[in-house]
Amino acid sequence: MYAGIDIGSRTIGFVVLSEGRVALSRLIDTGFEPLGAAKNMLTEKYRRVVATGYGRHAAKSHFADAVITEIKAHALGAAHIFPGVRTVLDIGGQDTKVILLDERGVVADFQMNDRCSAGTGKFLEVMAAALGYGGMDEFGEAALQGSGGIKISNMCTVFAESEAVSLMHRGAAREDIALALHSAVVERTAGMLQRIGLTPPLVFSGGVANNRCIVTLLAEKLGTKVLVPPEPQLVGALGAALAAAKEQH
Amino acid sequence: MSNYNEMWRSLGLNMEAHDRLLQALPPTYHDVYLTQPNRPQGLEYFDFVVNEIHGLRIQELQEHKQNGGKVIGAFCVFVPEEIVRAAGGICIGLCSGIDIGAAEAEKVLPRNICPLIKSFMGFKLAKICPYFESCDMVVGETTCDGKKKAFEILNDYVPVHVMETPQMKRGRDRELWLEEVRDFARLVEETTGNRLTTETLAKSIREVNGKRRALRRLAELRKNDPAPISGLDSLLIEQIAMYDDVERFTGKVNELCDELDKKVQTGEGVFPSGTPRVIVTGTPMAIPNWKVPHLIETSGAVIVAEELCTGLRYFENEVAEDAGAMDAMLENVAARYLGVNCAVFTPNTGRMERLVQLVREYNADGVIHCALSFCDPYAVEANRVEKVLKEENIPLLKIETGYDQEDAGQLKTRIEAFIEMLG
Repeated sequence: MYAGIDIGSRTIGFVVLSEGRVALSRLIDTGFEPLGAAKNMLTEKYRRVVATGYGRHAAKSHFADAVITEIKAHALGAAHIFPGVRTVLDIGGQDTKVILLDERGVVADFQMNDRCSAGTGKFLEVMAAALGYGGMDEFGEAALQGSGGIKISNMCTVFAESEAVSLMHRGAAREDIALALHSAVVERTAGMLQRIGLTPPLVFSGGVANNRCIVTLLAEKLGTKVLVPPEPQLVGALGAALAAAKEQH
Repeated sequence: MSNYNEMWRSLGLNMEAHDRLLQALPPTYHDVYLTQPNRPQGLEYFDFVVNEIHGLRIQELQEHKQNGGKVIGAFCVFVPEEIVRAAGGICIGLCSGIDIGAAEAEKVLPRNICPLIKSFMGFKLAKICPYFESCDMVVGETTCDGKKKAFEILNDYVPVHVMETPQMKRGRDRELWLEEVRDFARLVEETTGNRLTTETLAKSIREVNGKRRALRRLAELRKNDPAPISGLDSLLIEQIAMYDDVERFTGKVNELCDELDKKVQTGEGVFPSGTPRVIVTGTPMAIPNWKVPHLIETSGAVIVAEELCTGLRYFENEVAEDAGAMDAMLENVAARYLGVNCAVFTPNTGRMERLVQLVREYNADGVIHCALSFCDPYAVEANRVEKVLKEENIPLLKIETGYDQEDAGQLKTRIEAFIEMLG
């Protein structure tokens, strides 16, 4: 059995492969002691464990056999679920990655947001809370009911929040503001995809892929189908497990 | 280094702020340098020089000054060291690569400006750099608008002579630069009180060429796989080249190269053979800015060359030694410096051509372009680099970063992913 673990800023994904098939998959909140939480997920003896995500190096100094980057992990995972994929978009808790694959499914180019959390899962979470929505799902569904016309220009999480608040004070409908915030994320993401040279088929992974509004707006904006795996938050862990099974470093 | 307190006080340093600077260095140096695997023995000297960066070398400068010698500080590889030496002066690089003194610098500079500019201004205003305080003259240049305008401000605190570096390489630009070099020679004569003679200038041209040749010898050795020395250590040597005693430094680099020759013969290297090989290009990395090279070499790749001012641009070409008359010698000096492929030039096609050649010569797998934040010349020119490298199918990673550490996590992911792509 081979295991892959993806220690991200918001969640830890864990996938075990046995004879080429997924034998087990789990997803937990990262919490405040990620290393301990990650370690507890490894309940059996595995032939090889590969770690990815922000906690990958810490994992390697404690229990993992090797590390790969999130870029490679998402590419491997996405290509396994959707053979022939050429572009992967991953929006996680604190960053956005766009990855271009060649015909063989190997990473040919990638881009990542630098420094701040603009347009990432964290951005959407903060905005959902500012508008009083209970969670990401509720926030996304509300935005789908909103009507256009409002534009949020700031992508900085702090400034966008005050922009949203001032829109509320001016009497704008909550769902319209929600839609504007989703559109802002999609604008930014589409820009990254176009800069790298988006080639369909496009797979969308990471926690934000669970947000129906983002997926819908993105498909409209790009004019291409957006493929979302059944469990988008586990694509990185799956990729790591596949790397473990291939005995790659 | 506590026994230097009196010297530092006499130079007018802000002792408290200077202490903080000195405390910042050793842990970084330990983590970045002393933990590297398979370091050659000849690096002991360079470790020592870094350890004594504000101590022994400053003491040497003070002794030189007590004997009537002058110290001239510069911020750029365009300032001709040969001329300073020929007049009995010592030429010192003043650029720094650490974000200490930023609060002081922001009193006179905008917040969003190149960290190298902010750093030198901060060092001067906070009075924490004994090199700055040892200078009898400071020489600026016009290699970017930020520096050019910052020198006007710096001139309020220390007299700055600005050399006009041209922006093109046509005949009239060469004439302008030659005039600048002649003016500089006259100014150095005035400052030092010593006339340049054909003998002293010929000797100093030979000595500085000797330094550049030693550095080239070191660079050549890095063409081997496995690389006999890390990129980090090579960068350190290139940084030290800017302020160490020329002849001693040249000797030590050659001694190190003798050791590396043997390592190459026996196939010893710092990383295993087959480690992905990377060339770094972009803005200079002033001491102690080791951030990106450290990330690269702890992510599974080895840096085999630096197409930087703290790298090949500093030592690639020599001053011709064929002239006998003063005028012809100054012409040779001026010509050598205009051979530098700085992003101040438009167009700067020489840099792109050289990069492609370097990738072939050093058998590199990819190029990492590092521009300091807010450095327009290099950040914009990155597009020209990208275009040419794409045509040649050479993988490229573009990075823009400053002296802070806040983006280290994301940079590490990007650099590792790039190296995974090469492997």
